[in-house]
Amino acid sequence: MNRREALSRVALILGGTVVGANVFLEGCKPGDKKAATTGTFSDGDIAYLDEIAETIIPATNTPGAKAAGVGAFMTVMVNDCYDEKDQKVFFEGMKLLNEASDKKFGKSFMDIDAAERKTLLTEIDADAKKYMAEKKAEDPKHYFRMMKELTLLGYFTSEIGATQALRYVAVPGKYEGCVPYKKGDRAWAS
Amino acid sequence: MPNDSIHINNKAVAQNTYDAIVVGSGISGGWAAKELCEKGLKTLVLERGRNVEHIKDYTGTTLDPWELKHHGSRTQQDKKDSPIQSKCYAYNEVSKHFFVNDEENPYNQVKPFDWIRGYHVGGRSLTWGRQCYRWSDIDFEANAKDGYGVDWPIRYKDIAPWYDYVEPFVGISGSAEGLPQLPDGKFLPPMEMNCLEKHVAERIKKEFADGRRMIIGRSANHTQRVGDRGPCQYRNKCHEGCPFGGYFSSNSATLPAAKKTGNLTLRPFSIVTEVIYDKESKRAKGIRIIDAETMKTEEYFARIIFLNASTLGTATILLHSVSDAFPNGLGNSSEQVGHNLMDHHYGVGAGGSFDGFQDQYIYGRRPNGIYIPRFRNISEKTKQSDYVRGFGYQGGASRGRQWSADGVGEELKDQLLEPGNWSMGIGSWGEHLPYYENKATLSKDKKDKWGMPALDIDCEFKANELAMRKDMMNSAAEMLEKAGLKNVNTYDSMPAPGFCIHEMGTARMGRDPKTSVLNGFNQMHEVKNVFITDGACMASSACQNPSITYMALTARAADYAVKELKKGDI
Repeated sequence: MNRREALSRVALILGGTVVGANVFLEGCKPGDKKAATTGTFSDGDIAYLDEIAETIIPATNTPGAKAAGVGAFMTVMVNDCYDEKDQKVFFEGMKLLNEASDKKFGKSFMDIDAAERKTLLTEIDADAKKYMAEKKAEDPKHYFRMMKELTLLGYFTSEIGATQALRYVAVPGKYEGCVPYKKGDRAWAS
Repeated sequence: MPNDSIHINNKAVAQNTYDAIVVGSGISGGWAAKELCEKGLKTLVLERGRNVEHIKDYTGTTLDPWELKHHGSRTQQDKKDSPIQSKCYAYNEVSKHFFVNDEENPYNQVKPFDWIRGYHVGGRSLTWGRQCYRWSDIDFEANAKDGYGVDWPIRYKDIAPWYDYVEPFVGISGSAEGLPQLPDGKFLPPMEMNCLEKHVAERIKKEFADGRRMIIGRSANHTQRVGDRGPCQYRNKCHEGCPFGGYFSSNSATLPAAKKTGNLTLRPFSIVTEVIYDKESKRAKGIRIIDAETMKTEEYFARIIFLNASTLGTATILLHSVSDAFPNGLGNSSEQVGHNLMDHHYGVGAGGSFDGFQDQYIYGRRPNGIYIPRFRNISEKTKQSDYVRGFGYQGGASRGRQWSADGVGEELKDQLLEPGNWSMGIGSWGEHLPYYENKATLSKDKKDKWGMPALDIDCEFKANELAMRKDMMNSAAEMLEKAGLKNVNTYDSMPAPGFCIHEMGTARMGRDPKTSVLNGFNQMHEVKNVFITDGACMASSACQNPSITYMALTARAADYAVKELKKGDI
């Protein structure tokens, strides 16, 4: 039984969820390119995606995407909810993002610091926006749009994102259509 | 020993004999069961799917999003197993067990038709939209006036007392408005409109001289406790089943009431293959089923039969019940069974954003929206030249979360933690005329895994609906613009028939046995002890959500059936 199988057994015991699975994967090497091209995620990929997610939604006075297990969430969503075409774009994107890092900083994404990561992803985000505005309807999404969407979805529907960054009440008990709001009040998670 | 076997057979028949059989346990079948049981009839309810017990079987509905593997999203496997069901707005990671597997339940789409179904106790009463609007005489008189379809054998005065009867038990929240085209009912206190909705409602009232109104939705979500149910807790997870009993379903309300009488027998996994007809007495003797688990055939007998298997399910059973007397299907000398299939046409409307109310927000997740009752073709003054009948709107305003923004990092995060601007959207539900050529017939080659023929469904929207849609879209934009919304955008997603999940009309009521299947009491013209009170009975579709009308018609038909039974007429 390898580490991945062990993880999925743990996940099964926990009721099928692998959110927060990165806890079990500390020390894994990121960016296994062989796995990325074969359409499955390696342990290292989760760590890599965690860092991408953390750059998009960093820890501030509330925890960030990495603490919320967004890297693992992305792999689950890409595996289970993306069609093959989008999966290919996503896997390819993991390579492209690293190559962009290499080109700009001469180092892989995992080896640049937080400020460099932010600079890089800000640029890629602008490229993605431009691509999305100009693309034909049948063209796939930009890979970074996928990563960003999954990060925002995963984070704000995670326990940390919903209850610490936003506000969440499982059972509101009533509806009020006009309640006072002042600038800075957190939004409801749902 | 022949005598023994006769004895055993008689015993078996006796064991399988009830006063009444109800086929289907959805929103109308539940009502048939409740009414017949409460009137003292030993009643067997046959349900093709598994049992779903109130609360206990609403698996997953108390989980938070992060406790679900995909945080609620549909997977590729879902789309593969159920390519049609998984398109439904109510289908999610938790509610999907209340939708059929499309692979196991085939049908042919002669023209595109999305058939959304739930095969289990309670049927679609678990996943329904809960909007409840009475019809008026504008609706019941429409066929007679413009000549589409056949005249309804009833008018508002016939059904009004039965709306009065079912509504308090259902538990519908809403406001009394005194509108002739949308009669008031017996309501629980209404839910509240939010800031922007109140503003838009006022502006619509001021800006339009045709008496147009925007009101709070009338919803079978309980704003107060109804018996042992509710009240609504404003989670807005109704489609997953409500652990608080906050909305009406067969499971929460009618089936427990039926059970309480001691007269109810509920048999899940019972796929009805046909109604057994007795030529001599000209009555239905009983029902033949296949047990979905054992594949064994069984027969059940009763003096009254209610078919509530859903519009297309009931049509299937009738068409499959062939005999010497009825070679085209039970009670189908009119050749109307399966025909006149209608849905509502929807998926068209407009949305916009609003600059004001920055100091106002919302608490709770209201499982209900606003309603704009029909305002076209309800008087000489509102008559349209390019189409007949009309449409209403549902929608709502909210101050949503911002889902994304430019950039990455702390600035992005901070920005997304605050709510965005207020916005509002309204979508329209339009009447679909009854056309004979819109139909469901039994497939000659395709069968399901239980050997029942699949349906060939051949249904479309035509010129009247398409002309109406232009007005549905333009009027939506006009109202929002006049109400002061900005960036108003229109849309028309043109869903296929079926996707509104208001299919109806395949065994219509009417005055003439030559052109209709049922009389004014939902009784088959040709088989007096068979009653059909699901959507199949509808002679037109109006534009209101239909369930409350099915419920009222069911209670009325059950009352009539039992009176006829006691008189000895059936």
